[in-house]
Amino acid sequence: MVKITLKVNENKVEKEVADNTLLVSFIRENLNLTGTHVGCDTSQCGSCVVHVNGKSVKSCTMLAADANGADVTTIEGLEKEGKLHPVQESFKKHHGLQCGYCTPGMVMSSIDLLKTHKNPSDEEIRKGLEGNICRCTGYQNIVASVKGAIGKV
Amino acid sequence: MASMIGSKVERKEDKKFLTGKGRYTADINLHNQLHAVFIRSPHARAKIKAIDTSKAKKAAGVVDVLTGKDMQDDKIGGLIAGWKIVSKDGTDMKCPAHPPLATDSVNYVGDHIALVVAETLQEAKDAADLVKVDYKVLKAVASTAEAMNSDVIHEGIEKNLCFDWELGDKVKTDEAFASADKVVEMDILNNRLVPNAMEPRASIGDYNPSSEELTLYTTSQNPHLSRLVMSAFNAVHPEHKFRVVAPDVGGGFGSKIYPYSEDVIMAWAAKRLQRPVKWVCERTESFLSDCHGRDHITNCSVALNNDGTVTGLKVDTIANLGGYASLFATVTPTYLYGPLVLGLYNIPTAYCNVKAVYTNTAPVDAYRGAGRPEATYLIERIMDKAAKELGMDRAEFRKKNFIRQFPHQQCLVHNIDSGDYDAHFDKALNLADYSGFEKRKAESAAKGKLRGIGFSTYIEACGIAPSAAVMSLGAGVGLWESAEIRFNPTGNISVFTGTHSHGQSHDTTFAQIVADKLGVPMENIELVHGDTDKGPFGMGTYGSRSLAVGGTAIAKACDKIVEKGKAVAANMLEAKADEIEFKDGEFIVPNTNKKKTIGEIAFACYLPGTYGEIKSPLPEGMEPGLKETAFYDPVNFSFPAGSHICEVEVDPTTGETKVDTYTCVDDFGNLINPMIVEGQIHGGLAQGIGQALYENAYYDETGQLVTASYMDYCMPRADNFPEFRIDYTCTPATSNPLGVKGCGEAGAIASPPAVMNAVVDAIGTEVTMPATAEKVWKALKEKSKSARKAA
Repeated sequence: MVKITLKVNENKVEKEVADNTLLVSFIRENLNLTGTHVGCDTSQCGSCVVHVNGKSVKSCTMLAADANGADVTTIEGLEKEGKLHPVQESFKKHHGLQCGYCTPGMVMSSIDLLKTHKNPSDEEIRKGLEGNICRCTGYQNIVASVKGAIGKV
Repeated sequence: MASMIGSKVERKEDKKFLTGKGRYTADINLHNQLHAVFIRSPHARAKIKAIDTSKAKKAAGVVDVLTGKDMQDDKIGGLIAGWKIVSKDGTDMKCPAHPPLATDSVNYVGDHIALVVAETLQEAKDAADLVKVDYKVLKAVASTAEAMNSDVIHEGIEKNLCFDWELGDKVKTDEAFASADKVVEMDILNNRLVPNAMEPRASIGDYNPSSEELTLYTTSQNPHLSRLVMSAFNAVHPEHKFRVVAPDVGGGFGSKIYPYSEDVIMAWAAKRLQRPVKWVCERTESFLSDCHGRDHITNCSVALNNDGTVTGLKVDTIANLGGYASLFATVTPTYLYGPLVLGLYNIPTAYCNVKAVYTNTAPVDAYRGAGRPEATYLIERIMDKAAKELGMDRAEFRKKNFIRQFPHQQCLVHNIDSGDYDAHFDKALNLADYSGFEKRKAESAAKGKLRGIGFSTYIEACGIAPSAAVMSLGAGVGLWESAEIRFNPTGNISVFTGTHSHGQSHDTTFAQIVADKLGVPMENIELVHGDTDKGPFGMGTYGSRSLAVGGTAIAKACDKIVEKGKAVAANMLEAKADEIEFKDGEFIVPNTNKKKTIGEIAFACYLPGTYGEIKSPLPEGMEPGLKETAFYDPVNFSFPAGSHICEVEVDPTTGETKVDTYTCVDDFGNLINPMIVEGQIHGGLAQGIGQALYENAYYDETGQLVTASYMDYCMPRADNFPEFRIDYTCTPATSNPLGVKGCGEAGAIASPPAVMNAVVDAIGTEVTMPATAEKVWKALKEKSKSARKAA
């Protein structure tokens, strides 16, 4: 067991976890933040993407212990005072989600993409989301959602 | 009030999903819950000699290890095939016993052997390693093509043949072929796919010993049917004390229509152990144990006149069912397939023979389109080949054979009520700039690239389904739909539907219908679905049926509300009920200023008396309350149709195919929410293009699934697609009052042949799906080798 202290969605968290606990399991099981999803077991699908110190990370590839001292944001931490994050708002406006399962990871990846590319082309958006699989939308409206949030992140 | 029907309304369901508040089965944790892990067969075919659970049972945290013997002792029944197919010799289809946990044999890698139940998931996983199974491994039957000539998998089912079914007039079709100017023949392979909803399956059983109620939370497209099957056939629990809840479900695509072994087992285990039991599928486990799709081998031929008229069609298909016959497995390659092989062409005679075989692979069942993509693929591929052999333009050849009179009774099953195939085909040709193709081809050639164009036209039979028709064809249930409109006294509305939304946006689309019908704002309408304890019995979501059948049931329930409202309004306004007009949420006595809002009427219905100043008289003898139920059984299928055109560019040095443009013009009848319809098209296209270029479930000769993870099974990604060009034409359906036809499957049905016709056009030689870079490169090498030899 290892004791970790970190910030999750701006709240300080102190917990003892088994050494082999994945960050995604810690978020879902220990913190009951079930918006972060598990869609595969090979770090391919991106349903579990969160931000660790402002960068998108597949939380199934990281141990909770390695997040000691980190600042973690999950999908639950984006809405501020009842107002959706501009990327969340854009996904709603452009019908960028259907079943909603890949959505949290897709939104978290999109935010990182828009932070690192201020004015991405369609091609850059499509390449940038290559690590997130969606089975419902055919990606077209996800691309539109990201484009719709350019300049707002 | 502006009409909501036809408006691009943003989705009501989005906020919860976007903020991480969706509640999927795996997100649910119950007090005192146990965790379950399956022991699955590592062999494709084996006899089980012994199962030793003694060590595992003693492991830390383990509560029990359950086997098929325990299920037998508790008299739990096996899984069923729900649609009886009769072979051409008049005998019924042959289905093996399908116990939820195997007892004496296993028939695919991933088949269920035992369940380890422990206090924590980790303890269950650790103990699973201690279960020892002694197998006698047998030679696997893994090939669809060879199944009929291989060892018999299930005792008594000769040639591994479930049924040998036929449709159409063989004699008349043989005559058409005998008198044809030309016959074109083709072998077609429809590759096996894994549906891959992003949410892996999960189930939680929860038994209440006090009330004797059993609840199953599960990833289902169809909770009422699951409960019915688990009560009536698996004998898990009586239906009236059994609740099945399908909360938010992360995609289905057909793979979550029916109860799986895991559902039966979680329900039974919770009852047996008197504690909640939770199972969540891992992705590789899901590759192994979810039902797969497609997997057909077909030989087909068309009879032609020299003028380009198609005079007959013959289809001979082997369809792989996998290790057992799953619930809708037998209808998928028969009635959802055979009648559709005609496409949207006026072909006077056809004969279709389907042999369904068992193999030692995961069961195959409905996957987006279910039968219709396989049918469309073969007719559209052979139409291309026929046009080329006749030396005709492929577009002209198609147009020459379109159905033009409606209603049209096909030579097989369907009576197509409406359509205008020239309209969407011409619009698509225009939108895709067909006339400019040669110029673009030359530009590609200048860059060293091979450009091809492919057409695909299709019809589907959706709005599944008229009960009388499907039950006469072997369905074990009718396929009507239910709805209930419950007006609450304060004027807002709960709408109950027997369909289930797992991405389809019912919360929004159905609310738009109710808003229009009753003149109530969208925000005052709440859709309730996915819980057998809440709404009336329904038949779930699949086959693009929810709007055409479920939406119509909702519209009909709204009509009943208005009917009652008119009687109440007439009484309150001292007018006659047949005088009252209802418009935009108000009951009006024409040519007067007398009116009541629907909210006032609802309130009156719940307060049928006088209280102070509030006076709410109901007509004498009328029951209080404002709640109406409607069950709708459609009079016919609906027939969406469309034309898709794909252009690809192939790099001959690598074999890589890039979809350069994709154009579709679809006729879905009336659209309720065009934004949502577009999303459905996009998703279907991605799955269909995925089938054509990337996806393949591959079993080796020993029956091991080689492609059992996202490392090996190529899921389409954002950078695999261009921006799709989408447009519509509209001939409203005449079979339902909304005039809607269904749009959920069209993209997956139409796109594989559009892409493959384009690839074959580009490279000038045949290649099977998926047309991966390696296969295309090899096909090009082979082609140039043969050309050199010929020279």
